[in-house]
Amino acid sequence: MAGRIRIRAQVKGDSTEVKALMRHPMETGQRKDAAGNPIPAHFIEEVMVTHNGNTVMHGYWGAAVSANPFLGVRFEGGAAGDEIVVTWRDNKGETGEGKTKIK
Amino acid sequence: MSYSLEQSGIARRSFLRVGAVLAATALIPAKLWAAIARPEGAFKATALDATFAELGGTPEPHDGIIFTTPDIAENGAVVPVEVSIDESKLPGVTKLYVMVEKNPNPMTAMFMIPAGTKPFVETRVKVAQTCNLYAVAEANGKLYMASKETKVTLGGCGG
Repeated sequence: MAGRIRIRAQVKGDSTEVKALMRHPMETGQRKDAAGNPIPAHFIEEVMVTHNGNTVMHGYWGAAVSANPFLGVRFEGGAAGDEIVVTWRDNKGETGEGKTKIK
Repeated sequence: MSYSLEQSGIARRSFLRVGAVLAATALIPAKLWAAIARPEGAFKATALDATFAELGGTPEPHDGIIFTTPDIAENGAVVPVEVSIDESKLPGVTKLYVMVEKNPNPMTAMFMIPAGTKPFVETRVKVAQTCNLYAVAEANGKLYMASKETKVTLGGCGG
C-alpha cells in the first residue's frame, strides 16, 4: 500500500526539475467513517529529495497536504543519469522511497 | 539484605546500559533525517496568528514572493499551490511555508531550501473553506509573506 512514489526528473536549462507523486492517504484525523467513528490521523510528516546523495529539499508536512501528495522542486545543476531519491516518513513511522535517473 | 540490594543495583545498571545503547541506535536515523527539527508548535497551532507567533512573529508582506493558487477551487481537497521567489527582490531565502488560514491547523507545509536549490516549490493542499492562503519565506532570519484568497466550492476536509 504505502511506499510507492512516481518521480520524473528532467534537466531544464541550467537546473533540474523534479516532480514526485507519492501514494498516501493523508488522513487528517478530523474525518469520521460511515459508522461515525473518527478515522485516525495518518499523514506524511517529513519528505526529502536527494540528488546523488546530497539533500536538495527537506520538508515537513501537516495533514492538510492533499492525499497522494505531489511535490515539485528545482535545483541548480544535475545531469542526465544522476540519481534522484525521494523518501518520506509518516506519523505512524512508516516510510516510502522512490528512485529515478535524471533524463 | 545488603546482598539483595547490591544485586538489584547491578541489574538496574546493566538495564540502564542496554537502554542507553538502544537510545543511541534509535537516534541514528533521526540524525540523518533532520538538521532542523519539525516545528511541532507551529503545526499544532489552530489559528494563523498563533502559527506566526510560533515561527517568531507576523511576517512582513513582500512582493518578491510569487504565490500562485487558483482563484476558485472546485475541489478543496486538491488545491494546487506554487511558491517561487524573485531572487532579485528577495535574496537568501532558506525556508518556505504554506499556510491555509481557516484550516483546523493553518500550517500546512514547510520546506528547507539548501544552497543550490531554487526557492521554488509546488504542491497540492486541502482548503476547508474559502479563505486566504499564505506563502511565507524566511530570508536572513526574517519572515516575509504573500497571501491570496481561494474560493472553495466543495470543502477539503470531508466528513
